Amino acid sequence: MTIWKNYFLAETVQEALELLAQSEGDACPIAGGTDLLLDLQQGRHPPLDTLVDLSQIPEMRQLEIRGGKLFIGAALPLNRLVESPLAQQHAPTLMDAARLIGGPQVRNTATLGGNVCHALPAADGTIALLSLNATALVARLEQRCEIPLGELFRGPGKSALDPRREILVGFNLPLREAGQASAFRRVMRPQGVAIAILNLAVWLQRAATRIADIRIAIGPAGPTPLRAVQTEAALRSQPYQPTLPPQALEALLSESRFRTSPHRATEAYRRAMAGVLLQETLEVAWQRTLDVENQDD
Amino acid sequence: MDENNLIKMELTVNGEAVSMIVKGGRRLLDFLRDDLHLTGTKEGCGEGECGSCTVHLDGQSVLACLTPMERAIGCSVLTIEGVGSPTNLHPVQAALLDEGGVQCGMCTPGMVMSALDLLERNPDPTIEEIIEGISGNLCRCTGYKKIIYGIQQAAQELQAASPAGTVKESVE
Repeated sequence: MTIWKNYFLAETVQEALELLAQSEGDACPIAGGTDLLLDLQQGRHPPLDTLVDLSQIPEMRQLEIRGGKLFIGAALPLNRLVESPLAQQHAPTLMDAARLIGGPQVRNTATLGGNVCHALPAADGTIALLSLNATALVARLEQRCEIPLGELFRGPGKSALDPRREILVGFNLPLREAGQASAFRRVMRPQGVAIAILNLAVWLQRAATRIADIRIAIGPAGPTPLRAVQTEAALRSQPYQPTLPPQALEALLSESRFRTSPHRATEAYRRAMAGVLLQETLEVAWQRTLDVENQDD
Repeated sequence: MDENNLIKMELTVNGEAVSMIVKGGRRLLDFLRDDLHLTGTKEGCGEGECGSCTVHLDGQSVLACLTPMERAIGCSVLTIEGVGSPTNLHPVQAALLDEGGVQCGMCTPGMVMSALDLLERNPDPTIEEIIEGISGNLCRCTGYKKIIYGIQQAAQELQAASPAGTVKESVE
């Protein structure tokens, strides 16, 4: 069975954009392809004439600090991300998440860019990136622009990016400063079902015994990955407590739109677990602010 | 591009140069099984869950069911046919037999390829690291314990055979 007609291995972002713009029929970029190939085979993605492979573009495999930000190439395989001391230092929540995506073979292939472009509301990498306030570097033929990550999502599986005109080159993340830490956790069946029942990422800034600032992302809690801004507001400037303050739980349950999904979990289960998951993740992140402080000493 | 979607597959498979004109637009798994008749690589679920189709692409374990065949052009592919031989099993294969880690055999090629990938990166893995290393491979027969013990035994043998700690895959 032939799944596509033409396959091009692009060497630069510019070449990939030109190939996508010029190709006849339907064309789409492919990075790791672990989601795209499956969706094509199973008919969830409309048939494609042309695939433009981004996986070997050097710029898109970089991981470095540039311009005071951590840049992570969208086509960097997750196993390479997981091994990076830089990413470990600046984006612990992303490390937690990337280690949990797929199995070893999938992580050898799959990319953060693909995780985001697939636009699932509970994509582990996406949820972690959201909590880190990441921006996306997007290339078009005529220009490049930086877009807040949250603006890339239109609905479940629907990216705002135009596959014929736009390529997600990579992500820029703020560097970790003193008193800051992040964490990611998820509720998951042990094996066999690829998407989390519930996942949650926390980034926070500690000031003595208080949460000076906080960002929370949770999925699947709506049609797109959700920044839980009301929950953040309920926790911001408050003292850290080992049990979740009732107003934070109330905010989380009010702004999350949990649903029942046939093979994963009921809405009721997700509602019951959301606060537990938030408290657990918060605790890990809080503990990490202390660990980091001790290390720095 | 030919109208019949023919492409030239030029690559190294199990140490041998391959160059052939075949139909493109398929999975690496289809190329290996249907064109090269290397049927040791199994199709289990065909959707990236079971690990039966694990092969090495330029030294890294990947799922052949989720890899476009064109991506392998110019690369080196190692399949189970390139690991050991019936009369001279690789220590991982021998240890799986020895420990009773092979029952129906469907998952075995993928398990071996994952174990080799693990031991290449980590010649002396803990039990937890072995479990993580084969977490992308499903087995419906053994309950995993015998596979884990087999990999542990193979690691010890390989370590003893090469005290410098470097494990080389035996490519026929």
